[in-house]
Amino acid sequence: MAKLHVTTTINGEPTEFLCDPSQSMLDVLRNSLGLTGSKEGCGTGDCGSCSITLDGRLTCSCLVLAAEVGGHEITTIEGMAQGDELHPLQQKFLEMAALQCGICTPGVLMAARSLLEKNPEPTETEVRFWLAGNLCRCTGYDKIVRAVLETAAEMRSAA
Amino acid sequence: MKPAPFTYARPADWPAALALLAEGARPVAGGQSLGPMLNLRLALPERVADLRHLPGYAGVSMQGETVRIGAGTTHAAIEDGVVPGRLGEILAGVARRIAYRPVRNRGTIGGSFAHADPAADWCAVLPALPGHAIALGPEGERRIPLAEFVLGVFETALRGDELLRAIELSALPPATHFGHWKFCRKPGEFSKATACVLATPGAAPTAVLAALDAAPLVIADASALLADPTAEAARLVATLALEDPWRAALARTALRHAAEAAR
Ligand SMILES: Cc1cc2nc3c(=O)[nH]c(=O)nc-3n(C[C@H](O)[C@H](O)[C@H](O)COP(=O)(O)OP(=O)(O)OC[C@H]3O[C@@H](n4cnc5c(N)ncnc54)[C@H](O)[C@@H]3O)c2cc1C
Ligand code: FES
Ligand code: FES
Repeated sequence: MAKLHVTTTINGEPTEFLCDPSQSMLDVLRNSLGLTGSKEGCGTGDCGSCSITLDGRLTCSCLVLAAEVGGHEITTIEGMAQGDELHPLQQKFLEMAALQCGICTPGVLMAARSLLEKNPEPTETEVRFWLAGNLCRCTGYDKIVRAVLETAAEMRSAA
Repeated sequence: MKPAPFTYARPADWPAALALLAEGARPVAGGQSLGPMLNLRLALPERVADLRHLPGYAGVSMQGETVRIGAGTTHAAIEDGVVPGRLGEILAGVARRIAYRPVRNRGTIGGSFAHADPAADWCAVLPALPGHAIALGPEGERRIPLAEFVLGVFETALRGDELLRAIELSALPPATHFGHWKFCRKPGEFSKATACVLATPGAAPTAVLAALDAAPLVIADASALLADPTAEAARLVATLALEDPWRAALARTALRHAAEAAR
């Protein structure tokens, strides 16, 4: 089957790739572009471990066709730290041990960042509802929610 | 998980989209229902036609008291208030409770209605509202009353050669009351029972009971339900002869809560 040539921007870098028309963006990120931070938990939109942003909007990359992203901007977990400097959410997740196996973590971080961009002062309920699309089989969620709330407070006082 | 191979087409205008449909292509809008079906290989199209680039596919326009919502308008846009007035508030409240933000960022009102999953929120709410689904086929536009659009499980009044182009709704007065209640143990789970009740001043109240293994039950005059939610919910659900007692109990509860919230 003829491959499609797609030109896009990933984490600020102009990027080109070839893909099959039926490939998901997640498949291309992981298997063609070597960006394996995004994980495949389900392939059906339920787990959030594949979360990216597409034109700034939080999206499950397993439900995006790679063929669609031409001309659009993608960010993935690999674009979250600035060089060696972790994003405040990443730093806080480390400090508060808000992860165990780490499979869900890239997706949780992408989702949490997009929450804080939209709502810098979320309540605990808002954090829990926003992250309801990110399944974690290890932490019991409590540390994740507290880490997001603490990061939000710190980012507000730093601003 | 990988879908079976298919080809991808991006029609630039409606005639091209209809031509692709006639050749058997499967439309894709937000991909939030079709995507999982492709990945699980429950859908095996040879070709998909991406509707997102069609002119006017997303967005809202007003014509007098009529609000036209493009089929490609996302749940998130509706949640964020793209529809004006009291109608917009009501729709935003429904949109906010669909799945989670990533799904709402992509999923569309038209894709959801055309998909006609019995548990879908738009299928439980739009039939209660005054308005039409606008279908586009080779002969032009056809207006289907919202209450007559969903015919069964994954079954709609759209013909095989038609696309859903827009939803047209009447603006609602500020004093309109609305109740929407669904039972899910977590957000994004398929609802086990959904109901809504709309009480517009000067018009008969309407109600819908959905998430049944059938087309939604549309109640064109829900006055009795508003007057006595408990008794009338019990009477209505008894007429459905649902097999599982728990399902009947949830359906009664959904109707009662929606009616109480709309009083
Ligand atoms: C994890 C998860 C949780 C969810 N939870 C909920 C929920 O709580 N409540 C809820 O209501 N929904 C829920 N959904 C479904 C979601 O709302 C979808 O967005 C919606 O069902 C389909 O819209 P779409 O635009 O993504 O359509 P697509 O997936 O692109 O298409 C769906 C179907 O409709 C057809 N189609 C699409 N557009 C048209 C058109 N214009 N004309 C004719 N046919 C068309 C397609 O061919 C396909 O068969 C959930 C989805 C996921 C992945
Ligand atoms: S892999 Fe995409 S949501 Fe689970
Ligand atoms: S840390 Fe293991 S799944 Fe979340």
